[in-house]
Amino acid sequence: MNIVENFDLYAPRLINKKELLSAGHRACQGCGEVLAVRLMCKALGENTVIASATGCMEIISSMYPTTAWEVPWIHVAFENAAAVAAGVEAGLKGLRKKGKIDDRYIKVVGMAGDGGTMDIGLQALSGAMERGHDMLFVCFDNEAYMNTGIQRSSGTPMGASTTTAPAGKISSGQKTWKKNMAEIMVAHSVPYVATACPSYPLDFIRKVEKAKATKGPSYIHCFSVCPTGWRCGSHLAIAMGRLAVESGVFPLYEVENGKYKVSSEMPKKLKPVKDYFKGQGRFRHLGEAEIQVIQHKVESEYQKILDKVKYLKAWD
Amino acid sequence: MAKRVGMEVAVAVAEAVGQCDIDMAAVYPITPQSHIAEHLSDLVADGKIDAEFVTVESEHSAMSAVIGASGTGARVYTATSSQGLMLMHELLPIASGMRLPIVMGIANRAVSGPLNILNDHSDIMPQRDSGWISLFVENGQEAIDLSIQAFKIAEHKDVLLPVCVNIDGFQLTHMVEPLEFPDQELVNKFLPPRVPYATLHPSKPVTMGAFAMSDYFTEMMKAKDEALKNSKKVIIDIWDEWARMFGRAYKPVETYKAEDAEILMLTMGSMGETAEVAIDALRAKGVSAGLIKLRLWRPFPFEEIRAAAKNAKKLIVTDRAVSFGGPGGPVFSEIKSALYHEAHRPAIYNYIIGLGGRDVTVKDFIGMVEKVIPYNAEKTVDTYEFWGVRE
Repeated sequence: MNIVENFDLYAPRLINKKELLSAGHRACQGCGEVLAVRLMCKALGENTVIASATGCMEIISSMYPTTAWEVPWIHVAFENAAAVAAGVEAGLKGLRKKGKIDDRYIKVVGMAGDGGTMDIGLQALSGAMERGHDMLFVCFDNEAYMNTGIQRSSGTPMGASTTTAPAGKISSGQKTWKKNMAEIMVAHSVPYVATACPSYPLDFIRKVEKAKATKGPSYIHCFSVCPTGWRCGSHLAIAMGRLAVESGVFPLYEVENGKYKVSSEMPKKLKPVKDYFKGQGRFRHLGEAEIQVIQHKVESEYQKILDKVKYLKAWD
Repeated sequence: MAKRVGMEVAVAVAEAVGQCDIDMAAVYPITPQSHIAEHLSDLVADGKIDAEFVTVESEHSAMSAVIGASGTGARVYTATSSQGLMLMHELLPIASGMRLPIVMGIANRAVSGPLNILNDHSDIMPQRDSGWISLFVENGQEAIDLSIQAFKIAEHKDVLLPVCVNIDGFQLTHMVEPLEFPDQELVNKFLPPRVPYATLHPSKPVTMGAFAMSDYFTEMMKAKDEALKNSKKVIIDIWDEWARMFGRAYKPVETYKAEDAEILMLTMGSMGETAEVAIDALRAKGVSAGLIKLRLWRPFPFEEIRAAAKNAKKLIVTDRAVSFGGPGGPVFSEIKSALYHEAHRPAIYNYIIGLGGRDVTVKDFIGMVEKVIPYNAEKTVDTYEFWGVRE
């Protein structure tokens, strides 16, 4: 049975039908990130306030005098989404406690891209998580500064060619391994950390719902395919996300109170990373030897997660 | 009548803010603001202020957090100094652009480098064009009064702009002064709860901080400029209301023996009282000297400055910051602009004083006036001087 044809039958059980990020925004065709944001909003529901960093999702959604946001939304600057979200949370808490606003629970969510989370926004995020604000932070990671023109970030994967770490006669693009942001969040002892990808919409929605139900800080690292920056077909965003997961390049897992759990979407046997690389212009320059180095590293990183699942116990 | 108490000014500022029913404060410690931060946290810890107190990891996050909280409709406060204010710099025009009534205390301190923790105005001057209302206080009592007034000014429906209260670091913040706190019931009457224009609440979703390109940006800048200019009237009205309720009057420009003075001196901040003593000494010697004290830095009180300077032959402007490679200190530039179109304007001299906490005594102020006495007022010496510099 085709689930799309029977959308009205199945959807209400799986997904909130109300659109909180409306159509008509200015995202590129095939953008994996805006799809993820839309799903996140559906999972969060109306009682949400979002603080967004500067970046693609901000400029495509809030061109004055229009807005795509059906939930309260604030943008201040690039590096401070987590601090703004922390302020929103504190402000609402203070007002609610004093009876100045109605007594409903509102989830505060900070969101930023990989640059706004892992590079320039890391300090503000670390502070907000450490202080224990009741908020979710979601990193929509498209693995480079796409809004400014595909410059490398600490989220750019090894070997990818970007406009500031290009492949050249003596360079194979990004020289460093991708910063492990989820682990940095786990190290902050926040009660819920997860990785997700909109290519697995129900898994992503379930994780957002879990984060929403978590009292205190939570973090989701959402892998967001950018056909424009990755130089792949705009019809391939979902497929690329799936290949990243299936190859172990971006494993899906959760860490609840320190206990690791690999998501059921992860295959028993990983696909070779070259299957994932071959559809993308940013990896086109890589030779067999370089791909092998990355292949080994991907496997060992995934093994680390499996080991943590096996050996680490929950905190409580 | 409220009774007078002896208290450190920084502590008193926190007490005054505590009288304002704030809902949230975010602060990051920096000398010499730290006593404001510490005492605010004491008040929250003792339940004397019912507010969320967020101990952020930087001044950048302090300003970000109060912006977020102010967006929810909360009454918010933060305080900083020097490098902290410089770190906040990026966010200051955003706060004013979003028309959020944030109140910030600034314990003014020199900006690095080299590192210097003492008082001058080099921290606030780079923030001049950020769209904030900027007030200077001369003593502890003013620090209390203006910290309370700031909320009412900021939140007024015809203003809706952030306000900073400049309090000279150490020279004021760390002094113990006899102070009078306004009666809490009267403060409640003077400062009713904030009525926000829009809030971040699901009951009525709004978008704050939208992206605007060339088709709207200029209009937004013009709107902010108009709002800031128009705020002067509201500020004066609120000061009049304060005078009626609490008996202490405030004006954008204060004068001291200036009416008939041939030589005027202009100060901003805590040095006004020292300069007054110098004026008295000069008058005793037969010198026709007077003083202008600038309280309102932004919006700049052009009319009041013109009125105060209209009878003088010479005007000495003191600056506690340097505009490197520029025409003189930042206050000097504004005063010159204010007087340029006047048919009868005084000759203007600029002295850079009190940088990085360097003491400026009564003798120094007398020296400045005596130095310009022999100058021919028809031939303005169009330069500025670092007073007392070793060369």
